[in-house]
Amino acid sequence: MCLGVPGKVIAIDGLAATVDFFGVRKVLRLDIVDEPVQVGDYVLNHVGFAIRRIPPEEVQETLALFDQILDHTGAKDDLMAADVRGEIAAAKDEK
Amino acid sequence: MSQADLFRELKFRDPERARALADSIARNVEAIGRRVSLMHVCGSHEQAIARFGLRAVLPPGLDLIMGPGCPVCVTDGPEVDEAVALALQGVRICTYGDMLRLPGTSRSLADAQAEGARVEVVYSVAQAAEIAARHPAEEVAFLASGFETTAVATAAVAAADPPPNLSFLSVHKYVPAAMEIVAESPETNIEGYLAAGHAAIITGWGIFEPFAARTRAPVVVAGFEPLDILAALAKLTELVREKRPEVFNAYPRCVTREGNLPAQRTLWSVFHKVNGRWRGIADVRDGNLDLRPEWARLDARRRFEIDTTKVRDDRAAAEAEGCLCGSIMLGLANPTDCALFGRTCLPESPVGACMVSSEGACRIWHTYGGLPDLRRVG
Repeated sequence: MCLGVPGKVIAIDGLAATVDFFGVRKVLRLDIVDEPVQVGDYVLNHVGFAIRRIPPEEVQETLALFDQILDHTGAKDDLMAADVRGEIAAAKDEK
Repeated sequence: MSQADLFRELKFRDPERARALADSIARNVEAIGRRVSLMHVCGSHEQAIARFGLRAVLPPGLDLIMGPGCPVCVTDGPEVDEAVALALQGVRICTYGDMLRLPGTSRSLADAQAEGARVEVVYSVAQAAEIAARHPAEEVAFLASGFETTAVATAAVAAADPPPNLSFLSVHKYVPAAMEIVAESPETNIEGYLAAGHAAIITGWGIFEPFAARTRAPVVVAGFEPLDILAALAKLTELVREKRPEVFNAYPRCVTREGNLPAQRTLWSVFHKVNGRWRGIADVRDGNLDLRPEWARLDARRRFEIDTTKVRDDRAAAEAEGCLCGSIMLGLANPTDCALFGRTCLPESPVGACMVSSEGACRIWHTYGGLPDLRRVG
């Protein structure tokens, strides 16, 4: 639950952002994000809320860690992967 | 760029950098000249440490211990009892998945569910608000667990005019308060702390400065990539070696000194710190987050008469004989020191709280091989 998950902002409607998390589109709340967010930005999701806009120069490295966690197939019932999927599920489904 | 190319470029997959960092940690520990214990306070850190086998590259004189970094694990039995009692009184309870099987003094929410109570697992407090909106004729209570980072989301929903039939049963905990308990405990001898990077996104790293000054123990804020953690340990052992009780931010791409100020304002407008009991540990001064009096109408403890007498059994609560969860969360024992670990206490049938949650030390060690410290098997 501590990890947060990065996603790319596709659209913004008031305090709701449609965000792409590794191919899954979800709606995330922007109530408490640290700075203004625009379409194309990457944000970190924690339990359905964007908690940080990721600076553009940090995006690749951040994404790669999560790619690696999600792709890891060696460990059965991998806790980190499960937590990451849970965080993605925390955002609302697109209407 | 293909994914393979990307991985090759990644700094955190670079074995040479990992070796250089491990060497620098070893040099620092050698220069200190005695056994050193460092603590981290985050389940996600333990997941990364265990999953990537990081303890295998640490020098034998360094112990890296998980402290009270699992919010589900430190939720006290009587707090679970309140949720179980409310559920049995007919209130629909929404909560995060790990809370379902967490034992109260005698029963869990899963037990209440089996007895016919309405208990729903949600991934976000926002989903609890939606459930309340869909059932306007029912009372819905959100059992709000988690550390301050998660409490911010609860606060945001509470402050945004939630459905009138939604209330909050807060069991939120405040991590810096528990670090004080560990530092004050005469039995522990922790000389430095790793702080969780993503929690510090909200609070900022400045929050640890009074702690470091008072306890004379340095604090390093760390990210979650294997090289982030090793780099933070190299810095932390350096600060211990040089006897500099400072706070160092080793995760500057995410964490600032001030943190996320709008989120902090939301958090402290809804919650305030109160004394509370942490399971297996102690009464922690300022360790719990309760709704402020001005939000009383949203506070399940004020909205309902919660009668826990029928579900509370303090004799049953006396932790299962031999369970070491309390000592493990204080850093006094490892999961493998526990006679129940992996035998009678398993993820499918947990005895102690540390085996319930995906952020609990016992569950993590069990999942990633039971003994993630490769120095002890190899």
